[in-house]
Amino acid sequence: MSPSSLGATPRRRHLTDIAWRAIAGLSAVAVAGTLLLILGYIVREGIGALSLSFITNTPRPIGIPDGGVGNGIIGTIIIIGIAALMAFPVGALVGIYLGVYGHGRTAASMRFLSDVLASVPSIAIGLFAYTLLVQPFHHFSAFSASFAFAVLMMPLVIRTTEGALRLLPAALRESAVALGASDYQVTARCLLVAARPGIITGLILALARVTGETAPLLFTAFGSQFWEFNPSNPMAELSLQIFTYAISPYREWHQQAWAGALLLILAVCALGILARVAFRQRATVET
Amino acid sequence: MASRAAQTSRLLSARHARLYLPGLGLIAFAVGSTHPARAATQITGAGSTFDYPLFSKAFYVYGQSHRDVAVNYQSIGSGGGIQQFTAGTVDFGASDVPMNAEELARAHFDVLQIPVTLGGAGIAYNLPGVAKGLKFTRELVADIYLGKVKKWNDPAIAALNPGVKLPNMPITVVHRSDGSGTTYIFTDFLSHVSPEWKEKVGTAKSVQWPAPSSVGGKGNEGVAGLVRQTPGAIGYVELAYLLQNEMTYGQIQNRSGQYVYPTIDTIRAAAATKPDVSSTNFSIVDAEGAESYPISGYSWVLLREQPRDPARGALVKAVMTWLVSKGQDLAASVDYVPLPANVQETALKTINEMKVS
Amino acid sequence: MSGAAAGGLEDRFGHTRVRPRGRLAAWLFSVALYGSCFLFFAVIVGLFLELLWGSRLSLGKFGLRFLWSTQWNPVTQQFGALPFLYGTVVSSGIALLLAVWVGVLAGVYLAEFAPRQLSFMLSLLIELLAAVPSVVYGLWGLFVLAPIVSSWIGPALQAAFGFLPIFQGTIYGVNMLTASLILALMIVPTITAITRDLVAAIPPRVREASLALGASRWETTYKVVLPLVRSGIFGACMLALGRALGETIATTMVIGNRPAISASLFAPGYTVASVIANEFTEATTNLYLSALIELGLILFVVSILVNGAGRLLLQLLVRPQ
Repeated sequence: MSPSSLGATPRRRHLTDIAWRAIAGLSAVAVAGTLLLILGYIVREGIGALSLSFITNTPRPIGIPDGGVGNGIIGTIIIIGIAALMAFPVGALVGIYLGVYGHGRTAASMRFLSDVLASVPSIAIGLFAYTLLVQPFHHFSAFSASFAFAVLMMPLVIRTTEGALRLLPAALRESAVALGASDYQVTARCLLVAARPGIITGLILALARVTGETAPLLFTAFGSQFWEFNPSNPMAELSLQIFTYAISPYREWHQQAWAGALLLILAVCALGILARVAFRQRATVET
Repeated sequence: MASRAAQTSRLLSARHARLYLPGLGLIAFAVGSTHPARAATQITGAGSTFDYPLFSKAFYVYGQSHRDVAVNYQSIGSGGGIQQFTAGTVDFGASDVPMNAEELARAHFDVLQIPVTLGGAGIAYNLPGVAKGLKFTRELVADIYLGKVKKWNDPAIAALNPGVKLPNMPITVVHRSDGSGTTYIFTDFLSHVSPEWKEKVGTAKSVQWPAPSSVGGKGNEGVAGLVRQTPGAIGYVELAYLLQNEMTYGQIQNRSGQYVYPTIDTIRAAAATKPDVSSTNFSIVDAEGAESYPISGYSWVLLREQPRDPARGALVKAVMTWLVSKGQDLAASVDYVPLPANVQETALKTINEMKVS
Repeated sequence: MSGAAAGGLEDRFGHTRVRPRGRLAAWLFSVALYGSCFLFFAVIVGLFLELLWGSRLSLGKFGLRFLWSTQWNPVTQQFGALPFLYGTVVSSGIALLLAVWVGVLAGVYLAEFAPRQLSFMLSLLIELLAAVPSVVYGLWGLFVLAPIVSSWIGPALQAAFGFLPIFQGTIYGVNMLTASLILALMIVPTITAITRDLVAAIPPRVREASLALGASRWETTYKVVLPLVRSGIFGACMLALGRALGETIATTMVIGNRPAISASLFAPGYTVASVIANEFTEATTNLYLSALIELGLILFVVSILVNGAGRLLLQLLVRPQ
């Protein structure tokens, strides 16, 4: 920055400053406002069908009241949970490798591949899970869906973990080393702790990426009308249920689809707030 | 630098990072703790989305009186049903179009194909100020979908509908973007009534739509949504959908010259004209008879003649026997068309060829 | 990676630190690290090989012609990818153009200017926006946005810029423009969230130095902070573009699904991911299936090219500094 670039009159510079800050503020409000618009619509459409029985019952056919998505909710939790348990350690470790030790060709190509993986369509990944975990065993399973989801989540976890680590000032690492911490201690107990907010953002984004992802489930989790807790069997999943209901001819099911969408969003809200609260508590330690 | 070191040492002494969200612990708990015994044998089927509402009702009712069996049917599309059935990942498949010779050759086992229900496509439209019941000849439908009739006030439409005030509006042709049994039945109908369609486009679950104004929607929902939103649109929509959503739809002239609405009765009438329906001779579009609705077709269940597991096979056989006989009584309650009596007999005869003991 | 042989790891400053008591932990750590990298690598290679194997029939039959043929006819078994490639590139490109400005500005606002409480609330909302499932965006796009485009946005654009071919012709509700808008909405949160994190991570002393030199807040942001995080923002854009290119369900619901190339943004189009989603479950001939898998392979390769181009551009941008 050279002083000559700030050559405009102070009054003009002041106005420019205010104008740009206003534009930036408007952008943020526009993005958030759109969400409120969408949320409002979903609430309006879905609230009517939301009830206790909707959350606790299994699906019922048309004309039989009190159908629910209880098994789909449990299925979603199981499938995404297992996916997170698979994707998060691997993704975070790859992210650590790239963020802390990643220099040279290998790291560059890993980085590149993770970007590539982020843009592979989910249905192609569903197909991959199908040929790897469904076809050879002659039956569908929740586990194969978790695998597909894990593959979808990984690039996001990797990218954000790496990004968060790279942003840490070099002095942090240097002083940890100076205090006599081993290499492992520097990474695990100093860098990772400092980079935690970014890593958590990554995990949330990754969870969000797969929540409501439907395409790969058609050939993996497959869906079920019954309670199912065993990950090696076909399992119901909320977004799959929403999808099936949305393309059906019946208003009753459409309403349930909107209610299901509302549930999905509420769940994501709860998760987001929880993560935020945890992050804020920690943040006070660090500042 | 000193403050930086102090901060770092605080970080080092901080408790170990809790990286997982509390929710994940709950998940692990849910996964680890639950293993309820399942009393009922679970039979899985997959395929046609069209069959799903009927099947979900029928298998639910069946499950109420047969506690030993739970039928899990998932709607993944007819082609998917054929694929999964061929790959052996499901106990039965369902498709709106029976497997053809090439597909049968790919399955390394003998296949039984049974008609289980009937469907038909209505011609829905969105014209401000025009009510239900616009009349179409078979040729007119073909010309609209070929892109030869481009405007709603075209003389060809006006001549059939005297007294109706047709707007000067371009016709937007809506079709299914996903491959579908409904598209198969519709294009089969068009191929029967228009040599030009047969030559230029043909009959299939998805085709290259010739009209320049054509727009594709995913599923019946997509087509209906597009028709509803686009003034001047026309589209073909499954009967149950048409009735449930109170859409505006037309009458079509059948082979005998009568204008008929798609209803349970007119579709059943078309089916009854061909009692000897089989998986190689199944087309009932453009059927004879004054009552027949011309855009109708069967939906099929695919079974292994020799099930891999005879005990499960026996359960499947019992379910299917019930579905094509007693189960048919449920069809009308979800706006599906029950099989004519003579076709039920044919279906039962085919099911009995299953070797389960 | 020479340090690995000694049981420790070399960081990017070239220090290798192994202490006797930390040796096991360090060893386990590096095993986990390289194991994960290998696993990740295996997954991607497996995915690629599977796509390649799946598309062998179509590759053999159509060869390179597949890329520029506009025919997509399941009846005659003639398949070409051009309309889908065009739809994918145009819809994602417009989406990114629209989303980058809003996304970066919003992220900057949240990190630099917004009051703490407001920033917290807005960040929460924007992160939730990222979490809205795409099927919901699709439903909303179809029932709310498409009518707005066909009756308000479309006619307004046509009145103002009707001389441009991209704004001519009949305005359908479901079209390239609606798809681009929905995609833009879907990728904005990614860009905003990452920009916010990047900007917030710049140490305060950088800003203090700039302010002390007499720069205004905006000048500090624009001329000091943003250049520092430029490569990160570029990465965010790549992630966003990746999401837009591969987005399936929402695009499918609003783009019109017509395999034809039209200059007008008001005409329906089709994307690679949409055609896979629409037709994959229904394709029953081997060649048809193979053509669809080849589309998946093309999407894979296109994303490699997009990322490669992005990287090259990034290097060119960074070098003069």
